[in-house]
Amino acid sequence: MEKIVIVDYSLGNLRSVSKAVEHVATDAEVVVSDDARVIHDADRVVFPGQGAARDCMAAISDHHVERAVREAAASKPFLGICMGLQVLMDHSEENGGTDLLGMMPGKVQHFSGDFKGDNGLPLKIPHMGWSQVEHAIDHPLWRGIADHSRFYFVHSYFVVPEESDLIAATTEYGERFTCAIARDNLFAVQFHPEKSADDGLQLLKNFVNWKL
Amino acid sequence: MGLAKRIIPCLDVDAGRVVKGVKFVDIRDAGDPVEVARRYNEEGADEITFLDITASSDDRETIVHVVEDVASEVFIPLTVGGGIRVVDDIRRMLNAGADKVAINTAAVFNPEFVREAAESFGSQCIVVAIDAKRVSADDEPLRWEIFTHGGRKPTGIDVIEWAKKMADFGAGEILLTSMDRDGTKIGFDNDLTLAISTAVPIPVIASGGVGDLQHLVEGVTKGGADAVLAASIFHFAEYSIGEAKQYMADAGIEMRL
Repeated sequence: MEKIVIVDYSLGNLRSVSKAVEHVATDAEVVVSDDARVIHDADRVVFPGQGAARDCMAAISDHHVERAVREAAASKPFLGICMGLQVLMDHSEENGGTDLLGMMPGKVQHFSGDFKGDNGLPLKIPHMGWSQVEHAIDHPLWRGIADHSRFYFVHSYFVVPEESDLIAATTEYGERFTCAIARDNLFAVQFHPEKSADDGLQLLKNFVNWKL
Repeated sequence: MGLAKRIIPCLDVDAGRVVKGVKFVDIRDAGDPVEVARRYNEEGADEITFLDITASSDDRETIVHVVEDVASEVFIPLTVGGGIRVVDDIRRMLNAGADKVAINTAAVFNPEFVREAAESFGSQCIVVAIDAKRVSADDEPLRWEIFTHGGRKPTGIDVIEWAKKMADFGAGEILLTSMDRDGTKIGFDNDLTLAISTAVPIPVIASGGVGDLQHLVEGVTKGGADAVLAASIFHFAEYSIGEAKQYMADAGIEMRL
């Protein structure tokens, strides 16, 4: 039986993620763990996360999961969600500047707040709600998901990859930004597939069935 | 294209059961929060809010099980309000599978609780619920005050100032209920919604007074709401959520269809 590990480093609520993965991975064992060996032995790894960048990096360090996460991100199907996308980059503007894992070239920046919505009011931050995701590439994780489908977002910062070939999808909130990146065995999204109804479940299902 | 406006059905839950009657012809148990939530999800609800109105402290734990059960089957954002008084209440709800908690009275009595909650769990999961009542006379500039205890007790706190303060303290969203309109079915207090929506940089959910679909539209177009919350028009199956979303989209509002 395949083992899917959801990396737990005490940041935020993993129940939604684990329940959603269990819902689609009927033939796999879904485990929530911060144990480096368990992560090492996993067939697939989901790397969620929420909260502030500095707290996130501190928690990764406190739980001694950095090496295991780096190894997984380099070798097996790996899905980053929300902060689990952002911390893969080099550096974030958040908390007065925070160094991240530096696995993907690029930075994380705050919404400028200069944009106005349809009603003429300034756009609210955080970006909270359902936005359209425009595919930048064809990818097994987009299978069965129509281009421009809506996914649920909650965030104030977004990633800016240095290499455009990392971009798997973009969305628009005042400005257009990267909401998914892909490279080899790695896929990471800013939105929350575990909270995005049927399209979100489809993405998770695609991840569970993803053959490298 | 940008962000869709959200429709949020609200369920009152008492001792683990949905109350105020939900009328779906093809639902087996209209009091079962899981069945009702599943139905709303199928109809396209953008989020679901549970309001725990359990009076007896013995039954308070039941809402935790409700959240666990719903979160195992319904994969859209879930908010729980009612009886959130200490950090541990929030932790239990989030661990059970809630995405956000709504803090109401506890914020009024102890505003620092909101700051503490936002620092502990992140602003994204802290909703501050505000029950507002118009206190200005007809010939005066509009003014609203916070009321507690189901709209019975005035606090003397100005709603606009309060909303700004809550946003500063780290609230991620405001759930704004007009106590004047709640249950009237004559529409939101759009003046109130607009006043708050222009005053704070965070999303505002309009609540209280929805009687028909045009009211939902006006909550957005006249009130500037980011989301609209309604209970009875959906519970009694007067309109489905799908119909409501289509109606709003036809009115030119960006929706997730």
